Amino acid sequence: MIQVNNITKVYGKEKTLAVNDVSFSVKEGELFGLIGPDGAGKTSIFRMLTTLLLPDGGSATVNGFDIVKDFKQIRNSVGYMPGKFSLYQDLSIEENLNFFATVFNTTVEENYHLIKDIYIQIEPFKKRRAGKLSGGMKQKLALCCALIHKPTVLFLDEPTTGVDPVSRKEFWEMLKRLKAQNITIVVSTPYMDEATLCDRIALIQEGKILSIDTPAAITASYPDELIALKSEKMSALLKALNEFPKIKSVYAFGEYAHAAFQESGVTEEEIKTYLTTQQIALLEFKKIEATIEDCFIGFLKN
Amino acid sequence: MKQFFAFVRKEFAHVLRDRKTLFILFGMPVVQILIFGFALTNEVKNSKLVIVDQAKDLASQQIISRIEASRYFDIEKAVMDPAQIESAFREGKIKLALIFPANFSKDLMHLNRAQIQVIADASDPNTANMLGNYVSSIIQDQQMALNQGNKIPYTIVPEIRMLYNPQLKGAPNFVPGVMALVLMLVCVMMTAISIVREKEVGTMEILLVSPFKPLLVIISKAVPYLFLSLINVISILLLSVFVLDLPINGSVALLFAESTLFIITNLTLGIFISIRTNSQQVAMLISLMGMMLPTVLFSGFMFPIENMPLPLQIISNIVPAKWFYIIVKSIMIKGVGFAAIWKQTLVLLGMTVLLLGLSWKNFKIRLA
Repeated sequence: MIQVNNITKVYGKEKTLAVNDVSFSVKEGELFGLIGPDGAGKTSIFRMLTTLLLPDGGSATVNGFDIVKDFKQIRNSVGYMPGKFSLYQDLSIEENLNFFATVFNTTVEENYHLIKDIYIQIEPFKKRRAGKLSGGMKQKLALCCALIHKPTVLFLDEPTTGVDPVSRKEFWEMLKRLKAQNITIVVSTPYMDEATLCDRIALIQEGKILSIDTPAAITASYPDELIALKSEKMSALLKALNEFPKIKSVYAFGEYAHAAFQESGVTEEEIKTYLTTQQIALLEFKKIEATIEDCFIGFLKN
Repeated sequence: MKQFFAFVRKEFAHVLRDRKTLFILFGMPVVQILIFGFALTNEVKNSKLVIVDQAKDLASQQIISRIEASRYFDIEKAVMDPAQIESAFREGKIKLALIFPANFSKDLMHLNRAQIQVIADASDPNTANMLGNYVSSIIQDQQMALNQGNKIPYTIVPEIRMLYNPQLKGAPNFVPGVMALVLMLVCVMMTAISIVREKEVGTMEILLVSPFKPLLVIISKAVPYLFLSLINVISILLLSVFVLDLPINGSVALLFAESTLFIITNLTLGIFISIRTNSQQVAMLISLMGMMLPTVLFSGFMFPIENMPLPLQIISNIVPAKWFYIIVKSIMIKGVGFAAIWKQTLVLLGMTVLLLGLSWKNFKIRLA
């Protein structure tokens, strides 16, 4: 459905390499995630695939259409939701939707089945101007507008950034339902916890892809045994663990410190004794499965 | 076509929902018309002048050579039939006509008193007034020269007639000027920010990933402002007819047609600016500084173009308002028909087509 071969994007006079030799492919009906922090190059990749930017190297096809030569066909057949809310703020929900339907030579009625689940949630406010909607409602409206012409591929650039946790959860459920309608979806997000909701993900950092696989395969490939530790004095704990002879890596992860140790491994007792000498009381010690974020940090360290 | 109407409807919504801007747009022409009630003084050089010398004698020749020597006048065509004068005025070829009666010399020698008819184009009252005074003083000089050593003084009386605007009202002059200025401001500035706003807000990003046609967007952006500006034309004309007491001498339909053309010229200019810039601020600055100033300077409405150094006179030709100013003056004050202003109309038409073509060609179908 989407085939990306070694695309590169360079910006400005300093030749900043925003996208560096990126290749991946997305199958039909797949929910594919680009996971990475801000500035990783996600938006640049989206803009190239939606024909808004020309790549400086490499090639890519969407739906079999070349992103440079066949930009018109691509523009006709994909749905795009930019990272920034980009609908007309002074038009109402209804007007925005009707406008985009007409631009794509269709009507709201014709493809209503696609947006129905989402639209009924914002329908009570259909006369309200888009600028006056809450973040979650704006995202729903933007998704409706991107879907109204029945695209074969949907590009969603950070759709959940700036949206509350409940709306984020809802949003991902909507994406699952769309996937069931055989719409291929490419989504980007800086939130690692959302990565597990995708069929396959590409971890991306500074324009380079670190790894591409299913979320399960990526977490399973984490090389070390990971241990979560908790103490009241987090910074002291991190500092002490860093100086621990058998340590491989340690970093803060929410209220825990995630630590990996050398091959031989460690026991809870061993750590506890060591920390006591440093006047740190260990509150919790548990073996955990690596999350996508742990994998990401792991890739960055290598 | 359906898409086009969707675009137009959207543009109308953008315009009509921005109440504050709308208020300024409709308020501006009214305020300007009332403010510009002041007469503006200015010096006039090298005005075209025609002389009908029916006397062809020494006395008339002496006056003609004095006028020739003056830097205020250029003699257009020395011989002309009196009947041709009217048409020369209508076409704007001359500002002033001087007619010596057949018995000029005879009157002067035998009656010690002769008359010269001076006809001035008073559609620009300041210029007309000043030119009349210049001619009078030249004639006075000649009279003094003649009278040196004479016991019985000779008197040459210039009979000055103001054509088109006998009461020398200042208003006819500034109404076309304000019309040009207001239309220029509204059309160029408002459309200049319209496309660039979509770029800035990000809506262009979505719009680009759709099968829209650039020309469609360009034209639909212009439609609401065309309507708005026509309303402004109506309000300016109503004000000038009913408040300032100025009749429209020519065809109202022609005046509207020409105004529509000028509005479209400005709209395409605004759109061109909008396409070439990347922020609303820059677009606004260019249309304000880059458009309003030349319009004020080079339209001929505040400063006579005849008076400027040649390079500036040449530059004035690229200012659309200059041509529109001539057109409106001709229709409103002189009451001429299309035959007299087709050249100016053609210039505006050419500018419009050129700008539209440039806008279309420069429309970016990608982000960078």
